[in-house]
Amino acid sequence: MHELAITQNVLDIALEQAEKHDASKVTRINLVVGEMSGVVDECVQFYFEFLSKDTIASDATLSFERIPITAHCYDCDTTFPLAEFNWVCPNCQGSNIEVVAGRELYIDSMEME
Amino acid sequence: MEIKVLQDILSANDRIAKRNRDLLDDKGVFALNLMASPGAGKTSLLLETIKRLKNKVNIAVIEADIASSLDADRISKEGVTTLQINTGGDCHVDANMLNNALESMSLQGTDLLILENVGNLVCPAEFTLGVDRNAMISSIPEGDDKPYKYPLMFSVANAVLVNKIDLLPYVEFDFHNFSRGVSVVNPKAELMQISCKTGEGIDEWVSWLLAEMKK
Repeated sequence: MHELAITQNVLDIALEQAEKHDASKVTRINLVVGEMSGVVDECVQFYFEFLSKDTIASDATLSFERIPITAHCYDCDTTFPLAEFNWVCPNCQGSNIEVVAGRELYIDSMEME
Repeated sequence: MEIKVLQDILSANDRIAKRNRDLLDDKGVFALNLMASPGAGKTSLLLETIKRLKNKVNIAVIEADIASSLDADRISKEGVTTLQINTGGDCHVDANMLNNALESMSLQGTDLLILENVGNLVCPAEFTLGVDRNAMISSIPEGDDKPYKYPLMFSVANAVLVNKIDLLPYVEFDFHNFSRGVSVVNPKAELMQISCKTGEGIDEWVSWLLAEMKK
């Protein structure tokens, strides 16, 4: 459900950037989304088509780069993607681990004409 | 042409959260955002907290629900200032909704403001509000796998309360598994076991809250 608010923000930022750069058309928006954010790509896509109607971003392609939830082991200094149900270090089986990536939610870049 | 943007998608929300922070600082109010899934015991914990604190600190409550004022009605019976906000379908409170609520309250003399967020383990965690602390409740019947399934919510909570521990004789719940999940996403979180029904652990929670207010 929070995808509606997120999509509105994506569109607002894209239109603001387009205006700043005197663009007449936004063709692509590259998003970076961490797996921990719970954002559903299809949902953002759906809202975007609806919200961007009658704007210069209406034909823009949304691209999603997903960042896996990544943890670091303080015992053996390994960094690894967290498996869904087994939260231990795959290298030393230790549990002295902490999530270090996966919360990303930002616009990396855009293409415009 | 391609341009680098590198902008947080929720940066507009974060800017308003900063305004909330300034407003709360200005009025000397400590704000707590209470989150949990529906039925975990947010309103019950609020009532227990108010009972123990209302003679010590001046409390105000913002009740956020998608619809209805059932919770606000329960809370206002305790004699504390209560504002009900209906999010009109939105599954979370964002910084702007909180800002509108704060602007409409006097907050004069208020020491502690508690926001009861919309019952949801996903969306509320995404929106920074500008409060002092986030607390969340996870209850025994929900199961010990919740930190693994909803890591973002657990990662933003300063305190994680496990409610309904009076049900432990009847429900499978592995505390070790639960706390291990919490420590991976949020090693600094304060973990407490409570029962709003028997009152167990509530004093510990209230002590934690008072100590945080003094920081």
